[in-house]
Amino acid sequence: MNLYAIRAIFGFEMARTRRTLLQSIISPVIATSLYFVVFGAAIGSRIPEIDGVSYGAFIVPGLVMLTLLQQSVQNASFGIYFPRFIGTIYELLSAPVSAFEIVIGYVSAAAVKSIVLAMLIMATAALFVPLRIDHPLAMMAFLVLTAATFSLLGFIIGIWADNFEKLQLVPLLIITPLTFLGGTFYSIDALPPFWRWVSLANPVVYLVNGFRWSFYGKADVDVFLCLALTLIFLCACLGVVWWIFKTGYRLKS
Amino acid sequence: MQPIIEIARLSKIYASGFEALKSVDLTINAGEIFALLGPNGAGKTTLINIICGIARKSSGTVRIAGHDNVADARRARELVGLVPQEIATDAFETVFNTVSFSRGLFGKPAAPALIERLLTDLSLMDKRNSQIMTLSGGMKRRVMIAKALSHEPRVLFLDEPTAGVDVELRRDMWGVVRRLKQDGVTIILTTHYIEEAEEMADRVGVINKGELILVEEKSALMRKLGRKELTLELAAPMTAVPAALSDFALALSSDGQELTYRYDTKAERTGITRLLQALADSGIRFRDLRTSQSSLEQIFVELVRRDK
Ligand SMILES: Nc1ncnc2c1ncn2[C@@H]1O[C@H](COP(=O)(O)OP(=O)(O)OP(=O)(O)O)[C@@H](O)[C@H]1O
Ligand SMILES: [Mg+2]
Repeated sequence: MNLYAIRAIFGFEMARTRRTLLQSIISPVIATSLYFVVFGAAIGSRIPEIDGVSYGAFIVPGLVMLTLLQQSVQNASFGIYFPRFIGTIYELLSAPVSAFEIVIGYVSAAAVKSIVLAMLIMATAALFVPLRIDHPLAMMAFLVLTAATFSLLGFIIGIWADNFEKLQLVPLLIITPLTFLGGTFYSIDALPPFWRWVSLANPVVYLVNGFRWSFYGKADVDVFLCLALTLIFLCACLGVVWWIFKTGYRLKS
Repeated sequence: MQPIIEIARLSKIYASGFEALKSVDLTINAGEIFALLGPNGAGKTTLINIICGIARKSSGTVRIAGHDNVADARRARELVGLVPQEIATDAFETVFNTVSFSRGLFGKPAAPALIERLLTDLSLMDKRNSQIMTLSGGMKRRVMIAKALSHEPRVLFLDEPTAGVDVELRRDMWGVVRRLKQDGVTIILTTHYIEEAEEMADRVGVINKGELILVEEKSALMRKLGRKELTLELAAPMTAVPAALSDFALALSSDGQELTYRYDTKAERTGITRLLQALADSGIRFRDLRTSQSSLEQIFVELVRRDK
Protein backbone atom coordinates (compact mmCIF):
# COMPACT_ATOMS: atom_id res chain seq x y z
CA MET A 1 0.00 0.00 0.00
CA ASN A 2 1.47 3.33 -1.08
CA LEU A 3 0.36 5.47 1.86
CA TYR A 4 2.58 8.37 0.85
CA ALA A 5 0.74 8.56 -2.46
CA ILE A 6 -2.69 8.57 -0.81
CA ARG A 7 -1.52 11.32 1.50
CA ALA A 8 -0.06 13.28 -1.42
CA ILE A 9 -3.32 13.12 -3.40
CA PHE A 10 -5.44 13.93 -0.35
CA GLY A 11 -3.18 16.83 0.59
CA PHE A 12 -3.20 18.15 -2.94
CA GLU A 13 -7.00 18.14 -3.10
CA MET A 14 -7.27 19.81 0.30
CA ALA A 15 -4.82 22.49 -0.78
CA ARG A 16 -7.05 23.12 -3.78
CA THR A 17 -10.02 23.55 -1.44
CA ARG A 18 -8.11 26.00 0.73
CA ARG A 19 -7.13 28.03 -2.31
CA THR A 20 -10.77 28.29 -3.36
CA LEU A 21 -12.32 28.64 0.09
CA LEU A 22 -14.84 31.24 -0.97
CA GLN A 23 -16.20 29.24 -3.85
CA SER A 24 -15.91 25.77 -2.35
CA ILE A 25 -17.05 26.34 1.27
CA ILE A 26 -18.46 29.76 1.93
CA SER A 27 -20.74 30.14 -1.06
CA PRO A 28 -22.57 26.78 -0.66
CA VAL A 29 -23.07 27.52 3.04
CA ILE A 30 -24.56 30.91 2.30
CA ALA A 31 -26.70 29.61 -0.57
CA THR A 32 -28.21 26.86 1.57
CA SER A 33 -28.66 29.13 4.57
CA LEU A 34 -30.90 31.37 2.48
CA TYR A 35 -33.47 28.56 2.46
CA PHE A 36 -33.51 28.51 6.25
CA VAL A 37 -33.96 32.24 6.39
CA VAL A 38 -36.80 32.20 3.86
CA PHE A 39 -38.59 28.99 4.82
CA GLY A 40 -37.58 28.82 8.44
CA ALA A 41 -37.86 32.33 9.73
CA ALA A 42 -39.90 34.18 7.10
CA ILE A 43 -42.70 32.00 5.74
CA GLY A 44 -42.09 28.79 7.69
CA SER A 45 -44.29 29.97 10.53
CA ARG A 46 -47.31 30.00 8.17
CA ILE A 47 -46.78 26.43 7.01
CA PRO A 48 -48.20 23.77 9.35
CA GLU A 49 -45.87 21.39 11.16
CA ILE A 50 -45.11 18.05 9.50
CA ASP A 51 -45.17 15.05 11.87
CA GLY A 52 -44.76 17.44 14.76
CA VAL A 53 -41.69 19.11 13.27
CA SER A 54 -41.71 22.78 12.34
CA TYR A 55 -41.41 23.34 8.61
CA GLY A 56 -38.10 25.20 8.88
CA ALA A 57 -36.58 22.27 10.78
CA PHE A 58 -38.24 19.70 8.51
CA ILE A 59 -36.40 20.89 5.40
CA VAL A 60 -32.94 20.97 7.01
CA PRO A 61 -31.98 17.30 6.45
CA GLY A 62 -33.11 17.43 2.82
CA LEU A 63 -31.19 20.63 2.14
CA VAL A 64 -28.09 19.27 3.84
CA MET A 65 -28.47 16.16 1.69
CA LEU A 66 -28.85 18.30 -1.44
CA THR A 67 -25.58 20.11 -0.72
CA LEU A 68 -23.87 16.87 0.25
CA LEU A 69 -24.84 15.17 -3.02
CA GLN A 70 -24.00 18.14 -5.21
CA GLN A 71 -20.72 18.94 -3.54
CA SER A 72 -19.53 15.33 -3.36
CA VAL A 73 -20.18 14.82 -7.04
CA GLN A 74 -18.72 18.17 -8.01
CA ASN A 75 -15.56 17.90 -5.92
CA ALA A 76 -14.68 14.40 -6.95
CA SER A 77 -15.55 14.83 -10.61
CA PHE A 78 -13.56 18.04 -10.90
CA GLY A 79 -10.68 16.56 -8.90
CA ILE A 80 -10.06 13.82 -11.44
CA TYR A 81 -11.32 15.60 -14.57
CA PHE A 82 -8.99 18.57 -14.22
CA PRO A 83 -5.71 16.58 -14.33
CA ARG A 84 -7.08 14.83 -17.41
CA PHE A 85 -7.98 18.16 -18.96
CA ILE A 86 -4.62 19.87 -18.36
CA GLY A 87 -2.54 16.73 -18.88
CA THR A 88 -1.04 16.30 -15.41
CA ILE A 89 -2.76 12.92 -15.25
CA TYR A 90 0.40 11.49 -16.88
CA GLU A 91 2.06 11.57 -13.49
CA LEU A 92 -0.71 9.66 -11.78
CA LEU A 93 -0.69 7.04 -14.54
CA SER A 94 3.08 6.59 -14.41
CA ALA A 95 3.33 6.48 -10.62
CA PRO A 96 3.48 3.27 -8.58
CA VAL A 97 -0.06 3.70 -7.28
CA SER A 98 -2.91 1.25 -7.57
CA ALA A 99 -6.39 2.15 -8.69
CA PHE A 100 -7.51 1.63 -5.12
CA GLU A 101 -5.02 4.16 -3.78
CA ILE A 102 -5.97 6.76 -6.38
CA VAL A 103 -9.66 6.34 -5.56
CA ILE A 104 -9.06 6.50 -1.81
CA GLY A 105 -7.07 9.70 -2.26
CA TYR A 106 -9.55 11.56 -4.44
CA VAL A 107 -12.76 10.18 -2.99
CA SER A 108 -11.81 10.66 0.64
CA ALA A 109 -10.74 14.24 -0.06
CA ALA A 110 -14.04 14.99 -1.80
CA ALA A 111 -16.05 13.25 0.90
CA VAL A 112 -14.26 14.97 3.79
CA LYS A 113 -14.82 18.33 2.17
CA SER A 114 -18.52 17.81 1.66
CA ILE A 115 -18.97 16.42 5.17
CA VAL A 116 -17.32 19.51 6.63
CA LEU A 117 -19.62 21.57 4.47
CA ALA A 118 -22.69 19.65 5.67
CA MET A 119 -21.71 20.21 9.31
CA LEU A 120 -21.26 23.93 8.69
CA ILE A 121 -24.69 24.08 7.12
CA MET A 122 -26.28 22.24 10.04
CA ALA A 123 -24.57 24.59 12.47
CA THR A 124 -25.86 27.57 10.48
CA ALA A 125 -29.34 26.08 10.31
CA ALA A 126 -29.42 25.73 14.09
CA LEU A 127 -29.22 29.51 14.28
CA PHE A 128 -32.48 29.95 12.38
CA VAL A 129 -34.61 26.89 13.10
CA PRO A 130 -35.12 24.58 16.09
CA LEU A 131 -32.83 21.73 15.05
CA ARG A 132 -32.84 18.43 16.91
CA ILE A 133 -30.75 15.30 16.29
CA ASP A 134 -32.29 12.17 17.86
CA HIS A 135 -29.79 9.65 16.48
CA PRO A 136 -26.40 11.37 16.07
CA LEU A 137 -24.54 8.14 15.26
CA ALA A 138 -27.00 7.20 12.53
CA MET A 139 -26.81 10.77 11.27
CA MET A 140 -23.00 10.53 10.97
CA ALA A 141 -23.27 7.12 9.34
CA PHE A 142 -25.68 8.40 6.67
CA LEU A 143 -23.52 11.47 6.18
CA VAL A 144 -20.30 9.50 5.66
CA LEU A 145 -21.90 6.77 3.53
CA THR A 146 -23.68 9.22 1.28
CA ALA A 147 -20.65 11.45 0.91
CA ALA A 148 -18.47 8.46 0.02
CA THR A 149 -21.00 7.04 -2.44
CA PHE A 150 -21.57 10.28 -4.29
CA SER A 151 -17.89 11.15 -4.31
CA LEU A 152 -17.36 7.80 -6.03
CA LEU A 153 -20.12 8.69 -8.47
CA GLY A 154 -18.41 12.03 -9.02
CA PHE A 155 -15.12 10.27 -9.67
CA ILE A 156 -16.82 8.14 -12.31
CA ILE A 157 -18.38 11.21 -13.92
CA GLY A 158 -15.00 12.95 -13.91
CA ILE A 159 -13.53 10.07 -15.87
CA TRP A 160 -16.49 9.69 -18.20
CA ALA A 161 -16.81 13.39 -19.04
CA ASP A 162 -14.83 14.63 -22.00
CA ASN A 163 -15.84 18.26 -21.68
CA PHE A 164 -16.86 20.68 -18.97
CA GLU A 165 -20.50 20.56 -20.02
CA LYS A 166 -20.83 16.86 -19.29
CA LEU A 167 -19.17 17.50 -15.96
CA GLN A 168 -22.04 19.81 -14.99
CA LEU A 169 -24.70 17.67 -16.58
CA VAL A 170 -25.27 15.14 -13.82
CA PRO A 171 -25.29 17.50 -10.83
CA LEU A 172 -27.52 19.98 -12.64
CA LEU A 173 -29.89 17.78 -14.59
CA ILE A 174 -30.15 14.74 -12.36
CA ILE A 175 -29.16 15.37 -8.78
CA THR A 176 -30.83 18.73 -8.24
CA PRO A 177 -34.26 17.75 -9.70
CA LEU A 178 -34.21 14.38 -7.96
CA THR A 179 -33.48 16.07 -4.65
CA PHE A 180 -36.17 18.72 -5.06
CA LEU A 181 -38.64 15.99 -6.00
CA GLY A 182 -37.21 13.65 -3.40
CA GLY A 183 -39.16 14.84 -0.41
CA THR A 184 -36.81 17.58 0.69
CA PHE A 185 -39.61 20.14 1.00
CA TYR A 186 -42.53 17.83 1.67
CA SER A 187 -43.41 14.45 3.06
CA ILE A 188 -44.17 12.11 0.17
CA ASP A 189 -47.06 10.79 2.29
CA ALA A 190 -48.78 14.07 1.47
CA LEU A 191 -48.72 13.24 -2.26
CA PRO A 192 -51.62 11.60 -4.15
CA PRO A 193 -51.08 7.78 -4.25
CA PHE A 194 -49.87 7.75 -7.88
CA TRP A 195 -47.21 10.40 -7.31
CA ARG A 196 -46.20 8.83 -4.02
CA TRP A 197 -45.65 5.61 -5.91
CA VAL A 198 -43.60 7.41 -8.58
CA SER A 199 -41.54 9.08 -5.86
CA LEU A 200 -40.56 5.70 -4.47
CA ALA A 201 -38.58 5.14 -7.68
CA ASN A 202 -36.46 8.17 -6.85
CA PRO A 203 -33.35 7.01 -4.99
CA VAL A 204 -32.87 10.38 -3.33
CA VAL A 205 -36.15 9.84 -1.42
CA TYR A 206 -34.42 7.10 0.55
CA LEU A 207 -31.33 9.19 1.21
CA VAL A 208 -33.36 12.16 2.43
CA ASN A 209 -35.68 10.03 4.53
CA GLY A 210 -32.93 7.97 6.12
CA PHE A 211 -31.14 11.15 6.99
CA ARG A 212 -34.25 12.89 8.29
CA TRP A 213 -35.06 9.91 10.46
CA SER A 214 -31.74 10.35 12.26
CA PHE A 215 -32.84 13.91 13.11
CA TYR A 216 -36.48 13.55 14.08
CA GLY A 217 -37.06 9.79 14.30
CA LYS A 218 -39.68 9.96 11.50
CA ALA A 219 -39.44 8.77 7.92
CA ASP A 220 -41.80 8.10 4.99
CA VAL A 221 -40.04 4.83 4.20
CA ASP A 222 -38.26 2.08 6.13
CA VAL A 223 -34.91 3.29 7.49
CA PHE A 224 -33.22 -0.06 6.92
CA LEU A 225 -34.31 0.02 3.31
CA CYS A 226 -32.66 3.44 3.10
CA LEU A 227 -29.44 2.08 4.53
CA ALA A 228 -29.50 -1.00 2.31
CA LEU A 229 -30.09 1.04 -0.86
CA THR A 230 -27.26 3.41 0.03
CA LEU A 231 -24.92 0.46 0.50
CA ILE A 232 -26.02 -1.13 -2.76
CA PHE A 233 -25.38 2.10 -4.63
CA LEU A 234 -21.98 2.37 -2.97
CA CYS A 235 -21.08 -1.12 -4.15
CA ALA A 236 -22.31 -0.40 -7.67
CA CYS A 237 -20.07 2.67 -7.85
CA LEU A 238 -17.12 0.68 -6.54
CA GLY A 239 -17.74 -1.90 -9.25
CA VAL A 240 -17.72 0.71 -11.99
CA VAL A 241 -14.51 2.27 -10.67
CA TRP A 242 -12.87 -1.15 -10.57
CA TRP A 243 -13.88 -1.72 -14.18
CA ILE A 244 -12.54 1.70 -15.22
CA PHE A 245 -9.09 0.98 -13.90
CA LYS A 246 -9.07 -2.57 -15.17
CA THR A 247 -9.80 -1.46 -18.73
CA GLY A 248 -8.09 1.94 -18.61
CA TYR A 249 -11.37 3.43 -19.85
CA ARG A 250 -10.79 7.07 -20.86
CA LEU A 251 -7.53 7.07 -18.96
CA LYS A 252 -5.11 5.24 -21.24
CA SER A 253 -4.96 5.23 -25.01
CA MET B 1 26.68 -4.60 -19.15
CA GLN B 2 23.47 -5.19 -17.32
CA PRO B 3 20.18 -4.60 -19.06
CA ILE B 4 17.77 -2.34 -17.18
CA ILE B 5 14.99 -2.17 -19.76
CA GLU B 6 14.12 -5.14 -21.94
CA ILE B 7 11.52 -4.65 -24.63
CA ALA B 8 10.43 -7.63 -26.68
CA ARG B 9 8.14 -7.70 -29.72
CA LEU B 10 6.31 -4.62 -28.53
CA SER B 11 3.44 -3.53 -30.75
CA LYS B 12 0.91 -0.78 -30.43
CA ILE B 13 -2.24 -0.33 -32.41
CA TYR B 14 -4.25 2.73 -31.35
CA ALA B 15 -8.01 2.57 -31.10
CA SER B 16 -8.13 4.37 -34.44
CA GLY B 17 -6.51 1.28 -35.97
CA PHE B 18 -3.22 3.08 -36.50
CA GLU B 19 -0.18 0.86 -35.98
CA ALA B 20 2.23 3.10 -34.09
CA LEU B 21 4.78 0.46 -33.06
CA LYS B 22 5.65 -2.64 -35.04
CA SER B 23 7.24 -5.41 -33.01
CA VAL B 24 9.97 -3.36 -31.37
CA ASP B 25 12.84 -5.18 -29.67
CA LEU B 26 15.20 -3.07 -27.62
CA THR B 27 17.47 -3.49 -24.63
CA ILE B 28 18.75 -0.53 -22.68
CA ASN B 29 21.78 -1.04 -20.48
CA ALA B 30 22.03 0.22 -16.93
CA GLY B 31 23.85 3.50 -16.70
CA GLU B 32 23.87 4.45 -20.36
CA ILE B 33 22.48 7.45 -22.16
CA PHE B 34 20.32 6.25 -25.01
CA ALA B 35 19.07 8.65 -27.66
CA LEU B 36 15.96 7.74 -29.57
CA LEU B 37 15.78 9.59 -32.84
CA GLY B 38 13.12 9.68 -35.47
CA PRO B 39 10.95 12.04 -37.49
CA ASN B 40 7.63 13.44 -36.22
CA GLY B 41 5.10 10.70 -35.71
CA ALA B 42 7.71 7.92 -35.73
CA GLY B 43 6.46 6.46 -32.45
CA LYS B 44 8.99 7.77 -29.93
CA THR B 45 6.45 9.14 -27.48
CA THR B 46 4.26 6.09 -27.93
CA LEU B 47 7.17 3.84 -26.97
CA ILE B 48 8.01 5.91 -23.90
CA ASN B 49 4.37 6.15 -22.83
CA ILE B 50 3.98 2.39 -22.98
CA ILE B 51 7.12 1.78 -20.95
CA CYS B 52 5.94 4.27 -18.32
CA GLY B 53 2.39 2.92 -18.13
CA ILE B 54 0.61 5.89 -19.69
CA ALA B 55 -0.48 4.01 -22.79
CA ARG B 56 -1.39 0.36 -23.10
CA LYS B 57 0.59 -1.99 -25.29
CA SER B 58 -1.18 -4.15 -27.82
CA SER B 59 1.28 -7.03 -27.51
CA GLY B 60 4.81 -7.80 -26.40
CA THR B 61 6.58 -7.32 -23.09
CA VAL B 62 8.41 -4.58 -21.26
CA ARG B 63 10.58 -5.36 -18.26
CA ILE B 64 12.23 -2.78 -16.06
CA ALA B 65 15.04 -4.16 -13.90
CA GLY B 66 13.41 -7.55 -14.39
CA HIS B 67 9.91 -6.42 -13.37
CA ASP B 68 7.15 -6.72 -15.95
CA ASN B 69 5.72 -3.22 -16.37
CA VAL B 70 2.12 -4.45 -16.23
CA ALA B 71 2.09 -7.53 -14.00
CA ASP B 72 4.57 -6.02 -11.55
CA ALA B 73 3.78 -2.39 -12.29
CA ARG B 74 4.49 -1.03 -8.84
CA ARG B 75 8.04 -2.36 -8.62
CA ALA B 76 8.74 -1.37 -12.20
CA ARG B 77 7.38 2.17 -11.91
CA GLU B 78 9.14 3.02 -8.67
CA LEU B 79 12.37 3.01 -10.64
CA VAL B 80 11.25 5.31 -13.43
CA GLY B 81 10.99 9.07 -13.81
CA LEU B 82 9.37 10.69 -16.82
CA VAL B 83 9.55 14.16 -18.31
CA PRO B 84 6.82 14.11 -20.96
CA GLN B 85 6.99 15.96 -24.23
CA GLU B 86 4.18 18.36 -23.39
CA ILE B 87 4.44 20.68 -20.43
CA ALA B 88 1.60 19.96 -18.03
CA THR B 89 1.64 21.51 -14.59
CA ASP B 90 -0.74 22.56 -11.86
CA ALA B 91 -0.88 26.28 -12.47
CA PHE B 92 -1.88 27.22 -8.93
CA GLU B 93 0.52 25.04 -6.97
CA THR B 94 3.89 26.32 -5.83
CA VAL B 95 7.08 24.85 -7.25
CA PHE B 96 8.15 23.28 -3.99
CA ASN B 97 4.75 21.74 -3.29
CA THR B 98 4.33 20.26 -6.71
CA VAL B 99 7.75 18.61 -6.56
CA SER B 100 7.00 17.29 -3.06
CA PHE B 101 3.69 15.96 -4.36
CA SER B 102 5.50 13.95 -7.02
CA ARG B 103 7.82 12.43 -4.47
CA GLY B 104 4.87 11.37 -2.32
CA LEU B 105 3.06 9.94 -5.31
CA PHE B 106 6.03 7.68 -5.95
CA GLY B 107 5.84 6.36 -2.41
CA LYS B 108 8.78 8.19 -0.86
CA PRO B 109 8.71 10.00 2.50
CA ALA B 110 9.04 13.78 2.46
CA ALA B 111 12.61 15.01 2.00
CA PRO B 112 12.69 18.81 1.88
CA ALA B 113 16.50 18.97 1.82
CA LEU B 114 16.69 16.70 -1.19
CA ILE B 115 14.07 18.68 -3.06
CA GLU B 116 15.84 21.94 -2.27
CA ARG B 117 19.07 20.52 -3.66
CA LEU B 118 17.21 19.48 -6.80
CA LEU B 119 15.70 22.94 -7.19
CA THR B 120 19.12 24.49 -6.71
CA ASP B 121 20.62 22.22 -9.39
CA LEU B 122 17.91 23.31 -11.78
CA SER B 123 18.22 27.00 -10.86
CA LEU B 124 14.71 27.08 -9.45
CA MET B 125 15.51 27.76 -5.83
CA ASP B 126 14.47 31.41 -5.95
CA LYS B 127 11.13 30.32 -7.40
CA ARG B 128 10.42 27.63 -4.84
CA ASN B 129 7.40 29.43 -3.38
CA SER B 130 6.09 30.88 -6.63
CA GLN B 131 2.95 29.59 -8.22
CA ILE B 132 3.79 27.65 -11.36
CA MET B 133 1.63 29.86 -13.55
CA THR B 134 3.98 32.75 -12.84
CA LEU B 135 6.96 30.90 -14.36
CA SER B 136 8.23 31.09 -17.91
CA GLY B 137 7.96 28.11 -20.26
CA GLY B 138 11.58 27.10 -19.77
CA MET B 139 11.20 27.28 -16.00
CA LYS B 140 8.09 25.12 -16.18
CA ARG B 141 10.05 22.54 -18.09
CA ARG B 142 12.66 22.58 -15.35
CA VAL B 143 9.87 22.04 -12.82
CA MET B 144 8.82 18.99 -14.82
CA ILE B 145 12.38 17.68 -14.62
CA ALA B 146 12.49 18.32 -10.88
CA LYS B 147 9.22 16.40 -10.49
CA ALA B 148 10.60 13.47 -12.46
CA LEU B 149 13.75 13.39 -10.33
CA SER B 150 12.03 13.94 -6.99
CA HIS B 151 11.83 10.24 -6.16
CA GLU B 152 15.42 9.49 -7.17
CA PRO B 153 14.61 7.25 -10.14
CA ARG B 154 17.10 4.75 -11.57
CA VAL B 155 15.82 5.35 -15.08
CA LEU B 156 14.90 8.73 -16.49
CA PHE B 157 12.93 9.32 -19.67
CA LEU B 158 13.30 12.72 -21.27
CA ASP B 159 10.86 13.16 -24.14
CA GLU B 160 12.24 16.12 -26.05
CA PRO B 161 13.45 17.95 -22.98
CA THR B 162 15.08 20.74 -24.93
CA ALA B 163 12.29 21.66 -27.33
CA GLY B 164 11.82 25.40 -27.10
CA VAL B 165 14.53 25.85 -24.53
CA ASP B 166 17.22 28.52 -24.76
CA VAL B 167 20.90 27.73 -25.21
CA GLU B 168 21.85 28.38 -21.63
CA LEU B 169 19.13 26.24 -20.16
CA ARG B 170 19.95 23.51 -22.61
CA ARG B 171 23.52 23.54 -21.37
CA ASP B 172 22.30 23.48 -17.75
CA MET B 173 20.09 20.57 -18.57
CA TRP B 174 22.87 18.56 -20.09
CA GLY B 175 24.93 19.34 -17.02
CA VAL B 176 22.19 17.77 -14.93
CA VAL B 177 22.03 14.77 -17.26
CA ARG B 178 25.79 14.21 -17.02
CA ARG B 179 25.65 14.35 -13.25
CA LEU B 180 22.80 11.85 -13.22
CA LYS B 181 24.80 9.54 -15.42
CA GLN B 182 27.69 9.78 -13.00
CA ASP B 183 25.31 8.68 -10.26
CA GLY B 184 24.46 5.64 -12.35
CA VAL B 185 21.06 6.78 -13.62
CA THR B 186 20.06 5.37 -17.00
CA ILE B 187 18.76 8.06 -19.34
CA ILE B 188 16.60 7.63 -22.41
CA LEU B 189 15.99 10.77 -24.37
CA THR B 190 14.36 11.77 -27.59
CA THR B 191 15.38 14.86 -29.44
CA HIS B 192 15.20 16.52 -32.80
CA TYR B 193 18.48 18.31 -32.12
CA ILE B 194 20.80 15.70 -33.39
CA GLU B 195 23.92 17.45 -32.23
CA GLU B 196 22.57 16.83 -28.77
CA ALA B 197 22.41 13.10 -29.30
CA GLU B 198 25.81 13.29 -30.92
CA GLU B 199 27.25 14.97 -27.89
CA MET B 200 25.47 13.15 -25.10
CA ALA B 201 24.47 9.67 -26.10
CA ASP B 202 26.34 6.43 -25.66
CA ARG B 203 24.00 4.64 -28.03
CA VAL B 204 21.53 5.78 -30.62
CA GLY B 205 18.33 4.19 -31.83
CA VAL B 206 16.53 5.34 -34.93
CA ILE B 207 12.82 4.73 -35.20
CA ASN B 208 10.77 5.38 -38.29
CA LYS B 209 7.09 4.62 -38.88
CA GLY B 210 6.95 2.48 -35.77
CA GLU B 211 9.94 0.37 -36.64
CA LEU B 212 13.27 0.47 -34.93
CA ILE B 213 15.52 0.56 -37.95
CA LEU B 214 18.85 0.86 -36.21
CA VAL B 215 20.43 0.60 -32.77
CA GLU B 216 24.12 1.27 -32.55
CA GLU B 217 26.90 2.58 -30.37
CA LYS B 218 27.15 6.19 -31.34
CA SER B 219 30.88 6.02 -32.05
CA ALA B 220 30.46 2.88 -34.14
CA LEU B 221 27.61 4.49 -36.01
CA MET B 222 29.64 7.54 -36.79
CA ARG B 223 32.47 5.30 -37.95
CA LYS B 224 30.29 2.96 -39.92
CA LEU B 225 28.09 5.44 -41.69
CA GLY B 226 30.25 8.46 -41.32
CA ARG B 227 31.62 9.78 -44.58
CA LYS B 228 34.38 12.24 -44.86
CA GLU B 229 34.85 14.77 -47.56
CA LEU B 230 38.10 16.28 -48.68
CA THR B 231 37.66 19.57 -50.46
CA LEU B 232 40.46 21.12 -52.46
CA GLU B 233 40.42 24.78 -53.38
CA LEU B 234 42.03 24.99 -56.76
CA ALA B 235 44.64 27.55 -57.62
CA ALA B 236 43.19 27.80 -61.13
CA PRO B 237 39.57 26.99 -61.94
CA MET B 238 38.86 24.10 -64.32
CA THR B 239 35.89 23.29 -66.51
CA ALA B 240 35.96 19.52 -66.17
CA VAL B 241 37.68 16.87 -64.08
CA PRO B 242 40.79 15.79 -66.01
CA ALA B 243 40.71 12.26 -67.40
CA ALA B 244 43.77 11.35 -65.35
CA LEU B 245 41.66 11.73 -62.21
CA SER B 246 38.57 9.88 -63.42
CA ASP B 247 39.31 6.94 -61.12
CA PHE B 248 38.56 9.03 -58.06
CA ALA B 249 34.91 10.00 -58.54
CA LEU B 250 35.63 13.62 -57.86
CA ALA B 251 32.99 16.28 -57.88
CA LEU B 252 33.73 19.67 -59.34
CA SER B 253 31.90 22.67 -57.94
CA SER B 254 29.78 24.62 -60.42
CA ASP B 255 32.17 27.56 -60.40
CA GLY B 256 35.06 25.18 -61.12
CA GLN B 257 36.96 26.37 -58.05
CA GLU B 258 36.68 23.30 -55.82
CA LEU B 259 37.18 19.60 -56.15
CA THR B 260 35.47 17.36 -53.59
CA TYR B 261 36.50 13.84 -52.81
CA ARG B 262 34.24 11.64 -50.69
CA TYR B 263 35.76 8.74 -48.89
CA ASP B 264 34.79 6.15 -46.39
CA THR B 265 36.55 6.41 -43.05
CA LYS B 266 36.07 2.75 -42.28
CA ALA B 267 37.65 1.62 -45.57
CA GLU B 268 41.10 0.13 -45.28
CA ARG B 269 42.49 2.56 -47.80
CA THR B 270 40.96 5.95 -48.11
CA GLY B 271 42.79 6.66 -51.34
CA ILE B 272 43.93 10.08 -50.19
CA THR B 273 47.61 9.48 -50.74
CA ARG B 274 46.95 8.19 -54.23
CA LEU B 275 44.72 11.13 -55.01
CA LEU B 276 47.25 13.70 -53.86
CA GLN B 277 49.95 11.90 -55.84
CA ALA B 278 47.76 11.89 -58.96
CA LEU B 279 47.04 15.62 -58.53
CA ALA B 280 50.73 16.38 -58.28
CA ASP B 281 51.44 14.21 -61.35
CA SER B 282 48.83 16.09 -63.40
CA GLY B 283 50.25 19.40 -62.28
CA ILE B 284 47.08 20.53 -60.58
CA ARG B 285 47.85 22.96 -57.81
CA PHE B 286 45.60 23.89 -54.95
CA ARG B 287 45.57 26.79 -52.54
CA ASP B 288 43.95 25.13 -49.56
CA LEU B 289 42.21 22.00 -48.44
CA ARG B 290 39.71 21.05 -45.77
CA THR B 291 37.98 17.90 -44.60
CA SER B 292 34.53 17.58 -43.10
CA GLN B 293 32.80 14.66 -41.47
CA SER B 294 29.12 13.85 -41.84
CA SER B 295 27.19 14.57 -38.67
CA LEU B 296 24.74 12.30 -36.96
CA GLU B 297 22.08 14.46 -38.53
CA GLN B 298 23.16 13.62 -42.06
CA ILE B 299 23.39 9.96 -41.10
CA PHE B 300 19.94 10.09 -39.66
CA VAL B 301 18.39 11.87 -42.60
CA GLU B 302 19.96 9.38 -44.94
CA LEU B 303 18.73 6.41 -42.93
CA VAL B 304 15.19 7.65 -42.81
CA ARG B 305 15.20 8.46 -46.50
CA ARG B 306 16.53 5.03 -47.36
CA ASP B 307 13.78 3.48 -45.26
CA LYS B 308 11.03 5.11 -47.29
N1 LIG C 1 -4.00 8.56 -28.98
C1 LIG C 1 -3.70 8.30 -30.26
N2 LIG C 1 -4.63 7.78 -31.08
C2 LIG C 1 -4.32 7.50 -32.37
N3 LIG C 1 -3.13 7.70 -32.92
C3 LIG C 1 -2.15 8.22 -32.16
C4 LIG C 1 -2.38 8.54 -30.79
N4 LIG C 1 -1.24 9.03 -30.26
C5 LIG C 1 -0.34 9.02 -31.26
N5 LIG C 1 -0.89 8.54 -32.40
C6 LIG C 1 -0.20 8.35 -33.68
O1 LIG C 1 0.90 7.49 -33.50
C7 LIG C 1 2.02 7.94 -34.25
C8 LIG C 1 3.22 8.08 -33.36
O2 LIG C 1 3.03 9.16 -32.48
P1 LIG C 1 4.12 9.57 -31.43
O3 LIG C 1 3.54 10.64 -30.59
O4 LIG C 1 4.60 8.36 -30.73
O5 LIG C 1 5.26 10.15 -32.36
P2 LIG C 1 6.65 10.79 -31.97
O6 LIG C 1 7.71 9.94 -32.57
O7 LIG C 1 6.73 11.04 -30.52
O8 LIG C 1 6.57 12.16 -32.77
P3 LIG C 1 7.10 13.63 -32.38
O9 LIG C 1 8.52 13.70 -32.78
O10 LIG C 1 6.26 14.50 -33.23
O11 LIG C 1 6.88 13.83 -30.93
C9 LIG C 1 1.59 9.22 -34.94
O12 LIG C 1 1.26 8.91 -36.27
C10 LIG C 1 0.37 9.66 -34.18
O13 LIG C 1 -0.54 10.30 -35.04
MG1 LIG D 1 6.80 12.66 -29.35
